[in-house]
Amino acid sequence: MGTGDLLRMAVPALVLAGCAAVPRGSGDLGLVVERASGAVQIVDTSHRRALARVTGLGDLSHASVVFSRDERFAYVFGRDGGLTRVDLLRAVIDRRIVQSGNSIGGAISDDGTLVAVSNYVPGGVRVFDAASLEPVADIPAVGRDGRRSKVVGLVDAPGRRFVFALFDAGEIWIADFSGGPEPRIERFRDIGRQPYDALVTPDGRYYIAGLFGEDGLALLDLWHPERGVRRILDHYGRGERRLPVYKMPHLEGWAVAGRRAFVPAVGRHEVLVIDLEQWTEAGRITVHGQPVFVMARPDGRQVWVNFAHPDNDTVQVIDTETLRVIHQFSPGPAVLHMEFTPRGHEVWISVRDGNRVEIYDTRTFDRLAGLPASRPSGIFFTARAHRIGL
Amino acid sequence: MARRAVLWPLGLMLAAAAQAAPPPDPERLENLLEQDCGSCHGLTLRGGLGPALTPEALAGRPRQVLARTILDGRPGTPMPPWRGLLTEAEADWLAGRLLGGEGDHGDR
Repeated sequence: MGTGDLLRMAVPALVLAGCAAVPRGSGDLGLVVERASGAVQIVDTSHRRALARVTGLGDLSHASVVFSRDERFAYVFGRDGGLTRVDLLRAVIDRRIVQSGNSIGGAISDDGTLVAVSNYVPGGVRVFDAASLEPVADIPAVGRDGRRSKVVGLVDAPGRRFVFALFDAGEIWIADFSGGPEPRIERFRDIGRQPYDALVTPDGRYYIAGLFGEDGLALLDLWHPERGVRRILDHYGRGERRLPVYKMPHLEGWAVAGRRAFVPAVGRHEVLVIDLEQWTEAGRITVHGQPVFVMARPDGRQVWVNFAHPDNDTVQVIDTETLRVIHQFSPGPAVLHMEFTPRGHEVWISVRDGNRVEIYDTRTFDRLAGLPASRPSGIFFTARAHRIGL
Repeated sequence: MARRAVLWPLGLMLAAAAQAAPPPDPERLENLLEQDCGSCHGLTLRGGLGPALTPEALAGRPRQVLARTILDGRPGTPMPPWRGLLTEAEADWLAGRLLGGEGDHGDR
Protein backbone atom coordinates (compact mmCIF):
# COMPACT_ATOMS: atom_id res chain seq x y z
CA MET A 1 0.00 0.00 0.00
CA GLY A 2 1.47 3.36 -1.03
CA THR A 3 1.29 6.70 0.72
CA GLY A 4 -1.52 7.78 -1.57
CA ASP A 5 -3.66 4.87 -0.46
CA LEU A 6 -3.05 5.71 3.17
CA LEU A 7 -4.06 9.31 2.59
CA ARG A 8 -7.22 8.34 0.81
CA MET A 9 -8.14 6.09 3.73
CA ALA A 10 -7.50 8.80 6.27
CA VAL A 11 -9.54 11.52 4.59
CA PRO A 12 -13.07 10.23 5.20
CA ALA A 13 -12.22 9.59 8.85
CA LEU A 14 -11.06 13.17 9.29
CA VAL A 15 -14.15 14.56 7.61
CA LEU A 16 -16.45 12.57 9.91
CA ALA A 17 -14.55 13.43 13.04
CA GLY A 18 -14.11 17.08 12.25
CA CYS A 19 -17.51 18.09 11.00
CA ALA A 20 -20.65 16.99 12.80
CA ALA A 21 -22.86 18.48 10.12
CA VAL A 22 -21.82 15.97 7.47
CA PRO A 23 -24.69 13.50 7.15
CA ARG A 24 -23.81 9.85 7.27
CA GLY A 25 -25.58 6.53 6.98
CA SER A 26 -25.89 4.09 9.85
CA GLY A 27 -25.77 0.77 8.00
CA ASP A 28 -22.19 0.12 9.06
CA LEU A 29 -22.66 1.07 12.71
CA GLY A 30 -23.10 -1.07 15.78
CA LEU A 31 -23.00 -1.18 19.53
CA VAL A 32 -20.54 -2.86 21.85
CA VAL A 33 -21.97 -3.40 25.32
CA GLU A 34 -19.58 -2.62 28.17
CA ARG A 35 -21.05 -4.98 30.65
CA ALA A 36 -19.90 -3.72 33.99
CA SER A 37 -19.87 0.01 33.39
CA GLY A 38 -23.40 0.54 32.10
CA ALA A 39 -22.09 1.93 28.84
CA VAL A 40 -22.19 1.18 25.14
CA GLN A 41 -19.67 2.06 22.49
CA ILE A 42 -20.96 3.13 19.11
CA VAL A 43 -18.68 1.52 16.54
CA ASP A 44 -18.05 1.98 12.84
CA THR A 45 -17.43 -1.36 11.14
CA SER A 46 -16.15 0.20 7.91
CA HIS A 47 -13.20 1.81 9.65
CA ARG A 48 -13.01 -0.61 12.57
CA ARG A 49 -13.13 2.06 15.22
CA ALA A 50 -15.18 3.41 18.07
CA LEU A 51 -17.05 6.63 17.35
CA ALA A 52 -18.47 7.40 20.77
CA ARG A 53 -19.31 6.04 24.18
CA VAL A 54 -22.73 6.46 25.78
CA THR A 55 -23.03 5.96 29.54
CA GLY A 56 -25.83 5.72 32.07
CA LEU A 57 -27.56 2.58 30.84
CA GLY A 58 -27.65 0.73 34.17
CA ASP A 59 -26.84 -2.96 34.74
CA LEU A 60 -25.91 -4.33 31.35
CA SER A 61 -25.06 -7.91 32.29
CA HIS A 62 -26.70 -10.08 29.67
CA ALA A 63 -27.82 -6.99 27.78
CA SER A 64 -29.18 -7.34 24.28
CA VAL A 65 -30.01 -4.87 21.55
CA VAL A 66 -32.47 -4.48 18.67
CA PHE A 67 -32.61 -1.68 16.10
CA SER A 68 -35.24 0.60 14.62
CA ARG A 69 -36.12 0.04 10.95
CA ASP A 70 -34.21 3.16 9.92
CA GLU A 71 -31.11 1.83 11.73
CA ARG A 72 -30.76 5.06 13.64
CA PHE A 73 -31.95 3.97 17.07
CA ALA A 74 -30.79 1.07 19.21
CA TYR A 75 -33.02 -0.34 21.93
CA VAL A 76 -30.83 -1.67 24.73
CA PHE A 77 -32.39 -4.15 27.16
CA GLY A 78 -30.59 -4.20 30.51
CA ARG A 79 -30.71 -6.77 33.26
CA ASP A 80 -32.11 -4.22 35.72
CA GLY A 81 -35.25 -3.80 33.63
CA GLY A 82 -33.94 -0.72 31.87
CA LEU A 83 -35.02 -0.08 28.29
CA THR A 84 -32.88 2.58 26.65
CA ARG A 85 -33.29 4.08 23.21
CA VAL A 86 -29.88 5.22 21.99
CA ASP A 87 -29.53 7.62 19.06
CA LEU A 88 -26.57 6.22 17.11
CA LEU A 89 -26.03 9.34 15.04
CA ARG A 90 -26.10 11.84 17.88
CA ALA A 91 -24.50 9.37 20.32
CA VAL A 92 -26.92 10.16 23.13
CA ILE A 93 -29.63 8.46 25.14
CA ASP A 94 -32.83 9.48 23.40
CA ARG A 95 -35.20 7.95 25.95
CA ARG A 96 -34.88 5.61 28.87
CA ILE A 97 -37.35 3.84 31.15
CA VAL A 98 -36.95 1.22 33.87
CA GLN A 99 -39.85 -1.07 33.14
CA SER A 100 -39.40 -3.91 35.61
CA GLY A 101 -37.05 -5.29 38.20
CA ASN A 102 -35.26 -7.90 36.17
CA SER A 103 -35.31 -8.44 32.45
CA ILE A 104 -33.50 -10.60 29.97
CA GLY A 105 -34.10 -9.52 26.42
CA GLY A 106 -36.32 -7.91 23.88
CA ALA A 107 -37.60 -7.76 20.35
CA ILE A 108 -39.04 -5.25 17.91
CA SER A 109 -42.14 -5.91 15.81
CA ASP A 110 -41.86 -6.39 12.06
CA ASP A 111 -43.44 -2.97 11.43
CA GLY A 112 -41.02 -1.32 13.86
CA THR A 113 -43.75 0.18 16.05
CA LEU A 114 -43.65 -2.08 19.11
CA VAL A 115 -40.78 -3.03 21.39
CA ALA A 116 -41.33 -6.02 23.65
CA VAL A 117 -39.28 -6.83 26.75
CA SER A 118 -39.19 -10.20 28.45
CA ASN A 119 -38.91 -10.19 32.21
CA TYR A 120 -37.79 -12.66 34.83
CA VAL A 121 -39.24 -10.85 37.83
CA PRO A 122 -42.15 -10.38 37.67
CA GLY A 123 -42.28 -12.95 34.89
CA GLY A 124 -43.94 -11.71 31.74
CA VAL A 125 -43.65 -9.57 28.64
CA ARG A 126 -44.21 -5.84 28.48
CA VAL A 127 -44.75 -4.08 25.21
CA PHE A 128 -43.97 -0.43 24.52
CA ASP A 129 -44.47 2.07 21.77
CA ALA A 130 -41.18 2.11 19.89
CA ALA A 131 -41.18 5.88 19.43
CA SER A 132 -42.32 7.11 22.84
CA LEU A 133 -41.55 4.07 25.04
CA GLU A 134 -45.06 4.53 26.49
CA PRO A 135 -46.59 1.23 27.70
CA VAL A 136 -48.88 -0.55 25.23
CA ALA A 137 -49.50 -3.96 26.79
CA ASP A 138 -48.57 -6.04 29.82
CA ILE A 139 -48.64 -9.83 29.50
CA PRO A 140 -48.10 -11.63 32.81
CA ALA A 141 -46.61 -15.07 32.13
CA VAL A 142 -48.85 -17.13 34.36
CA GLY A 143 -48.47 -20.79 33.51
CA ARG A 144 -51.03 -23.51 33.92
CA ASP A 145 -49.78 -24.03 37.47
CA GLY A 146 -51.06 -20.54 38.29
CA ARG A 147 -47.59 -19.17 38.98
CA ARG A 148 -45.68 -16.47 37.16
CA SER A 149 -42.86 -17.84 35.10
CA LYS A 150 -39.57 -16.36 33.93
CA VAL A 151 -39.76 -15.55 30.23
CA VAL A 152 -36.98 -16.51 27.80
CA GLY A 153 -36.50 -16.76 24.05
CA LEU A 154 -38.55 -13.69 23.09
CA VAL A 155 -38.46 -13.08 19.33
CA ASP A 156 -40.44 -11.16 16.74
CA ALA A 157 -42.32 -13.03 14.06
CA PRO A 158 -44.05 -11.80 10.91
CA GLY A 159 -47.58 -10.45 11.34
CA ARG A 160 -46.87 -8.15 14.29
CA ARG A 161 -46.35 -11.12 16.55
CA PHE A 162 -44.01 -11.88 19.41
CA VAL A 163 -43.21 -15.44 20.47
CA PHE A 164 -41.66 -16.43 23.78
CA ALA A 165 -41.21 -19.35 26.18
CA LEU A 166 -41.98 -19.76 29.87
CA PHE A 167 -38.94 -21.25 31.61
CA ASP A 168 -40.66 -22.46 34.78
CA ALA A 169 -44.00 -23.48 33.29
CA GLY A 170 -42.65 -25.16 30.14
CA GLU A 171 -44.93 -23.30 27.72
CA ILE A 172 -44.64 -21.33 24.45
CA TRP A 173 -46.89 -18.32 23.86
CA ILE A 174 -47.65 -16.28 20.78
CA ALA A 175 -48.76 -12.67 21.36
CA ASP A 176 -50.42 -11.42 18.18
CA PHE A 177 -50.72 -7.63 17.88
CA SER A 178 -52.06 -7.63 14.31
CA GLY A 179 -55.46 -6.51 15.59
CA GLY A 180 -54.19 -3.54 17.61
CA PRO A 181 -52.76 -2.87 21.06
CA GLU A 182 -54.74 -5.67 22.72
CA PRO A 183 -52.83 -8.84 21.88
CA ARG A 184 -54.41 -12.16 21.09
CA ILE A 185 -52.51 -14.74 23.16
CA GLU A 186 -52.14 -18.33 22.07
CA ARG A 187 -50.66 -20.74 24.61
CA PHE A 188 -48.93 -24.06 24.01
CA ARG A 189 -48.59 -26.21 27.13
CA ASP A 190 -46.31 -29.12 27.99
CA ILE A 191 -43.68 -28.22 25.44
CA GLY A 192 -40.87 -29.71 27.55
CA ARG A 193 -39.04 -28.95 30.78
CA GLN A 194 -37.26 -25.63 31.27
CA PRO A 195 -36.96 -24.02 27.86
CA TYR A 196 -33.82 -21.86 28.24
CA ASP A 197 -33.73 -19.89 24.99
CA ALA A 198 -35.22 -20.00 21.52
CA LEU A 199 -34.69 -18.91 17.95
CA VAL A 200 -36.88 -18.22 14.97
CA THR A 201 -35.59 -19.32 11.59
CA PRO A 202 -34.53 -16.42 9.33
CA ASP A 203 -37.70 -16.86 7.23
CA GLY A 204 -39.79 -16.32 10.35
CA ARG A 205 -41.55 -19.65 10.05
CA TYR A 206 -40.20 -21.97 12.74
CA TYR A 207 -39.79 -21.20 16.42
CA ILE A 208 -37.37 -23.58 18.11
CA ALA A 209 -36.90 -23.61 21.88
CA GLY A 210 -33.96 -25.42 23.49
CA LEU A 211 -34.76 -27.40 26.62
CA PHE A 212 -32.56 -27.40 29.69
CA GLY A 213 -34.59 -29.80 31.82
CA GLU A 214 -34.50 -32.60 29.28
CA ASP A 215 -32.89 -33.48 25.97
CA GLY A 216 -34.32 -32.21 22.73
CA LEU A 217 -35.92 -29.05 21.38
CA ALA A 218 -39.50 -27.86 20.99
CA LEU A 219 -40.61 -26.86 17.48
CA LEU A 220 -43.55 -24.64 16.58
CA ASP A 221 -44.53 -23.96 12.96
CA LEU A 222 -45.74 -20.35 12.97
CA TRP A 223 -47.43 -20.89 9.61
CA HIS A 224 -49.45 -23.65 11.24
CA PRO A 225 -49.71 -23.02 14.96
CA GLU A 226 -52.85 -25.17 14.97
CA ARG A 227 -50.59 -28.19 14.52
CA GLY A 228 -49.11 -27.55 17.93
CA VAL A 229 -45.62 -27.96 19.31
CA ARG A 230 -43.63 -31.04 18.46
CA ARG A 231 -40.46 -32.38 19.99
CA ILE A 232 -37.37 -32.84 17.88
CA LEU A 233 -34.02 -34.48 18.59
CA ASP A 234 -35.38 -35.80 21.87
CA HIS A 235 -33.04 -38.77 21.68
CA TYR A 236 -29.79 -36.87 21.40
CA GLY A 237 -28.47 -37.41 24.88
CA ARG A 238 -30.40 -40.44 25.94
CA GLY A 239 -28.47 -42.52 28.41
CA GLU A 240 -25.44 -40.26 28.35
CA ARG A 241 -24.28 -38.33 31.36
CA ARG A 242 -24.52 -34.61 30.96
CA LEU A 243 -21.68 -32.39 32.16
CA PRO A 244 -22.42 -29.57 34.57
CA VAL A 245 -23.41 -26.42 32.68
CA TYR A 246 -21.51 -23.30 33.78
CA LYS A 247 -23.04 -20.97 31.24
CA MET A 248 -26.45 -21.25 29.62
CA PRO A 249 -26.10 -21.67 25.88
CA HIS A 250 -27.83 -19.26 23.52
CA LEU A 251 -29.99 -19.84 20.50
CA GLU A 252 -30.19 -17.29 17.73
CA GLY A 253 -31.46 -17.19 14.19
CA TRP A 254 -27.83 -16.92 13.08
CA ALA A 255 -27.48 -20.63 13.69
CA VAL A 256 -29.23 -21.47 10.43
CA ALA A 257 -27.01 -22.24 7.44
CA GLY A 258 -28.85 -23.35 4.34
CA ARG A 259 -31.22 -26.19 5.22
CA ARG A 260 -29.43 -26.97 8.45
CA ALA A 261 -29.46 -25.43 11.89
CA PHE A 262 -26.48 -25.66 14.23
CA VAL A 263 -27.32 -25.57 17.92
CA PRO A 264 -25.38 -26.09 21.14
CA ALA A 265 -25.86 -29.45 22.88
CA VAL A 266 -26.64 -28.63 26.50
CA GLY A 267 -24.05 -30.09 28.87
CA ARG A 268 -22.00 -31.66 26.11
CA HIS A 269 -18.95 -30.79 24.09
CA GLU A 270 -20.99 -31.01 20.92
CA VAL A 271 -22.76 -28.92 18.31
CA LEU A 272 -25.93 -30.57 17.05
CA VAL A 273 -26.86 -30.31 13.40
CA ILE A 274 -30.58 -30.30 12.58
CA ASP A 275 -31.99 -31.02 9.14
CA LEU A 276 -34.62 -28.31 8.71
CA GLU A 277 -36.67 -30.34 6.22
CA GLN A 278 -36.80 -33.68 8.00
CA TRP A 279 -36.39 -32.26 11.53
CA THR A 280 -33.93 -35.01 12.30
CA GLU A 281 -30.37 -35.00 13.55
CA ALA A 282 -28.05 -34.47 10.60
CA GLY A 283 -24.86 -34.78 12.59
CA ARG A 284 -23.00 -34.03 15.78
CA ILE A 285 -19.73 -32.18 15.83
CA THR A 286 -17.35 -32.71 18.72
CA VAL A 287 -16.00 -29.34 19.82
CA HIS A 288 -13.56 -27.89 22.34
CA GLY A 289 -15.99 -27.28 25.22
CA GLN A 290 -19.64 -26.61 25.97
CA PRO A 291 -20.86 -24.29 23.21
CA VAL A 292 -22.47 -20.97 24.18
CA PHE A 293 -22.98 -19.17 20.86
CA VAL A 294 -23.14 -21.14 17.63
CA MET A 295 -23.34 -18.61 14.82
CA ALA A 296 -23.37 -19.08 11.08
CA ARG A 297 -21.50 -16.61 8.92
CA PRO A 298 -24.21 -14.83 6.90
CA ASP A 299 -23.37 -16.83 3.77
CA GLY A 300 -23.79 -20.06 5.73
CA ARG A 301 -20.42 -21.50 4.79
CA GLN A 302 -18.94 -21.39 8.29
CA VAL A 303 -20.24 -21.71 11.82
CA TRP A 304 -18.31 -20.04 14.64
CA VAL A 305 -18.54 -21.36 18.19
CA ASN A 306 -17.49 -19.98 21.56
CA PHE A 307 -17.52 -21.87 24.83
CA ALA A 308 -18.51 -21.83 28.47
CA HIS A 309 -16.17 -21.49 31.42
CA PRO A 310 -13.51 -22.92 31.74
CA ASP A 311 -12.98 -23.20 27.97
CA ASN A 312 -14.05 -19.65 27.23
CA ASP A 313 -10.75 -18.43 25.80
CA THR A 314 -11.25 -20.39 22.60
CA VAL A 315 -13.18 -20.05 19.34
CA GLN A 316 -13.65 -22.82 16.79
CA VAL A 317 -14.80 -22.56 13.20
CA ILE A 318 -16.81 -25.36 11.59
CA ASP A 319 -17.06 -25.89 7.85
CA THR A 320 -20.76 -26.45 7.17
CA GLU A 321 -20.14 -28.63 4.15
CA THR A 322 -17.88 -31.21 5.79
CA LEU A 323 -19.09 -30.63 9.39
CA ARG A 324 -15.45 -30.49 10.47
CA VAL A 325 -13.66 -28.02 12.72
CA ILE A 326 -11.34 -26.21 10.31
CA HIS A 327 -9.86 -23.57 12.60
CA GLN A 328 -9.27 -23.01 16.30
CA PHE A 329 -7.74 -20.03 18.03
CA SER A 330 -7.65 -18.15 21.32
CA PRO A 331 -8.73 -14.52 21.05
CA GLY A 332 -8.11 -14.06 24.80
CA PRO A 333 -9.66 -14.65 28.22
CA ALA A 334 -13.46 -14.90 28.39
CA VAL A 335 -14.77 -14.70 24.83
CA LEU A 336 -18.40 -13.68 25.29
CA HIS A 337 -19.89 -12.87 21.92
CA MET A 338 -19.29 -12.71 18.18
CA GLU A 339 -20.93 -10.60 15.51
CA PHE A 340 -20.41 -10.81 11.76
CA THR A 341 -20.38 -7.82 9.48
CA PRO A 342 -23.58 -7.88 7.39
CA ARG A 343 -22.14 -10.00 4.58
CA GLY A 344 -19.74 -11.86 6.82
CA HIS A 345 -16.33 -10.72 5.60
CA GLU A 346 -15.26 -9.86 9.13
CA VAL A 347 -16.21 -10.93 12.62
CA TRP A 348 -15.97 -8.89 15.82
CA ILE A 349 -15.30 -10.86 19.00
CA SER A 350 -15.65 -9.53 22.55
CA VAL A 351 -12.92 -10.66 24.94
CA ARG A 352 -14.29 -9.67 28.31
CA ASP A 353 -11.31 -10.26 30.57
CA GLY A 354 -8.91 -8.96 27.95
CA ASN A 355 -10.90 -5.71 27.85
CA ARG A 356 -10.80 -5.79 24.07
CA VAL A 357 -12.87 -6.36 20.99
CA GLU A 358 -10.86 -8.28 18.38
CA ILE A 359 -11.65 -8.14 14.68
CA TYR A 360 -10.82 -11.00 12.30
CA ASP A 361 -10.99 -11.71 8.60
CA THR A 362 -13.33 -14.71 8.30
CA ARG A 363 -11.63 -16.07 5.17
CA THR A 364 -7.96 -15.88 6.15
CA PHE A 365 -8.61 -15.86 9.94
CA ASP A 366 -6.08 -13.03 10.23
CA ARG A 367 -6.52 -10.62 13.10
CA LEU A 368 -7.18 -7.21 11.58
CA ALA A 369 -7.57 -4.90 14.54
CA GLY A 370 -8.40 -4.68 18.21
CA LEU A 371 -10.35 -2.02 20.06
CA PRO A 372 -10.13 -1.31 23.78
CA ALA A 373 -13.40 -1.81 25.64
CA SER A 374 -14.27 -2.15 29.30
CA ARG A 375 -15.48 -5.71 29.96
CA PRO A 376 -17.19 -6.02 26.58
CA SER A 377 -20.04 -8.49 26.20
CA GLY A 378 -22.61 -8.29 23.41
CA ILE A 379 -21.80 -6.83 19.99
CA PHE A 380 -24.74 -5.82 17.79
CA PHE A 381 -24.61 -4.36 14.29
CA THR A 382 -27.43 -2.33 12.76
CA ALA A 383 -27.99 -4.84 9.94
CA ARG A 384 -29.99 -6.80 12.50
CA ALA A 385 -32.74 -4.23 11.92
CA HIS A 386 -33.67 -6.03 8.75
CA ARG A 387 -33.45 -9.59 9.95
CA ILE A 388 -36.47 -11.48 11.27
CA GLY A 389 -36.03 -12.73 14.81
CA LEU A 390 -33.00 -10.63 15.69
CA MET B 1 -5.51 -44.32 56.73
CA ALA B 2 -9.02 -44.12 55.38
CA ARG B 3 -10.51 -45.09 58.73
CA ARG B 4 -8.59 -42.34 60.48
CA ALA B 5 -9.94 -39.77 58.06
CA VAL B 6 -13.49 -40.86 58.80
CA LEU B 7 -12.90 -40.36 62.50
CA TRP B 8 -11.53 -36.83 62.04
CA PRO B 9 -13.78 -34.06 63.32
CA LEU B 10 -15.20 -31.83 60.60
CA GLY B 11 -13.10 -28.85 61.57
CA LEU B 12 -9.88 -30.80 61.20
CA MET B 13 -10.96 -32.14 57.82
CA LEU B 14 -11.67 -28.63 56.58
CA ALA B 15 -8.32 -27.50 57.91
CA ALA B 16 -6.64 -30.36 56.08
CA ALA B 17 -8.45 -29.53 52.85
CA ALA B 18 -7.48 -25.90 53.20
CA GLN B 19 -3.87 -26.87 53.76
CA ALA B 20 -3.75 -29.11 50.69
CA ALA B 21 -4.94 -26.37 48.31
CA PRO B 22 -3.54 -22.85 47.92
CA PRO B 23 -5.48 -20.23 49.91
CA PRO B 24 -8.42 -18.51 48.18
CA ASP B 25 -7.44 -15.65 45.93
CA PRO B 26 -9.98 -12.89 46.69
CA GLU B 27 -9.40 -11.07 43.42
CA ARG B 28 -9.99 -14.17 41.32
CA LEU B 29 -13.07 -15.12 43.35
CA GLU B 30 -14.57 -11.64 43.19
CA ASN B 31 -14.16 -11.73 39.42
CA LEU B 32 -15.70 -15.21 39.25
CA LEU B 33 -18.61 -14.07 41.40
CA GLU B 34 -19.31 -11.04 39.27
CA GLN B 35 -18.72 -12.51 35.85
CA ASP B 36 -19.54 -16.21 36.07
CA CYS B 37 -22.04 -16.44 38.94
CA GLY B 38 -23.35 -13.13 37.60
CA SER B 39 -24.22 -14.60 34.22
CA CYS B 40 -27.16 -16.39 35.88
CA HIS B 41 -27.63 -14.53 39.17
CA GLY B 42 -27.12 -11.04 37.73
CA LEU B 43 -24.04 -8.87 37.69
CA THR B 44 -25.21 -7.26 40.92
CA LEU B 45 -26.39 -10.67 42.22
CA ARG B 46 -29.97 -9.43 42.42
CA GLY B 47 -31.16 -12.41 40.46
CA GLY B 48 -31.63 -13.59 36.89
CA LEU B 49 -32.37 -17.09 35.71
CA GLY B 50 -31.01 -18.03 39.12
CA PRO B 51 -32.29 -16.50 42.37
CA ALA B 52 -30.93 -13.36 44.03
CA LEU B 53 -27.77 -13.90 46.09
CA THR B 54 -27.79 -10.70 48.09
CA PRO B 55 -27.18 -10.89 51.87
CA GLU B 56 -30.88 -10.08 52.40
CA ALA B 57 -32.02 -12.87 50.08
CA LEU B 58 -29.71 -15.35 51.78
CA ALA B 59 -30.39 -14.26 55.36
CA GLY B 60 -30.67 -17.23 57.69
CA ARG B 61 -28.93 -19.69 55.35
CA PRO B 62 -26.02 -21.43 57.09
CA ARG B 63 -22.67 -20.74 55.49
CA GLN B 64 -21.89 -24.46 55.27
CA VAL B 65 -25.10 -25.10 53.34
CA LEU B 66 -24.25 -22.36 50.84
CA ALA B 67 -20.72 -23.68 50.39
CA ARG B 68 -22.15 -27.16 49.84
CA THR B 69 -24.60 -25.83 47.21
CA ILE B 70 -21.73 -24.13 45.40
CA LEU B 71 -19.69 -27.33 45.38
CA ASP B 72 -22.48 -29.80 44.60
CA GLY B 73 -25.00 -27.68 42.70
CA ARG B 74 -28.76 -28.10 42.94
CA PRO B 75 -30.00 -31.13 41.03
CA GLY B 76 -33.09 -30.41 38.94
CA THR B 77 -32.12 -26.77 38.51
CA PRO B 78 -29.50 -25.15 36.23
CA MET B 79 -27.17 -24.60 39.25
CA PRO B 80 -24.09 -26.67 38.41
CA PRO B 81 -21.64 -28.23 40.86
CA TRP B 82 -18.43 -26.19 40.99
CA ARG B 83 -16.42 -28.97 42.61
CA GLY B 84 -13.34 -29.51 40.51
CA LEU B 85 -13.23 -25.84 39.55
CA LEU B 86 -13.35 -24.55 43.12
CA THR B 87 -11.77 -25.92 46.28
CA GLU B 88 -13.65 -26.38 49.57
CA ALA B 89 -11.85 -23.33 50.92
CA GLU B 90 -12.85 -21.23 47.91
CA ALA B 91 -16.50 -22.29 48.16
CA ASP B 92 -16.44 -21.41 51.84
CA TRP B 93 -14.90 -18.02 51.05
CA LEU B 94 -17.63 -17.36 48.47
CA ALA B 95 -20.37 -18.40 50.91
CA GLY B 96 -18.97 -15.98 53.49
CA ARG B 97 -18.71 -13.26 50.89
CA LEU B 98 -22.33 -13.75 49.87
CA LEU B 99 -23.65 -13.75 53.42
CA GLY B 100 -21.58 -10.89 54.73
CA GLY B 101 -21.18 -8.96 51.56
CA GLU B 102 -17.39 -9.05 51.88
CA GLY B 103 -14.83 -11.83 51.93
CA ASP B 104 -13.80 -14.29 54.58
CA HIS B 105 -14.07 -13.04 58.14
CA GLY B 106 -12.66 -16.29 59.43
CA ASP B 107 -15.86 -17.14 61.34
CA ARG B 108 -17.83 -20.19 60.41
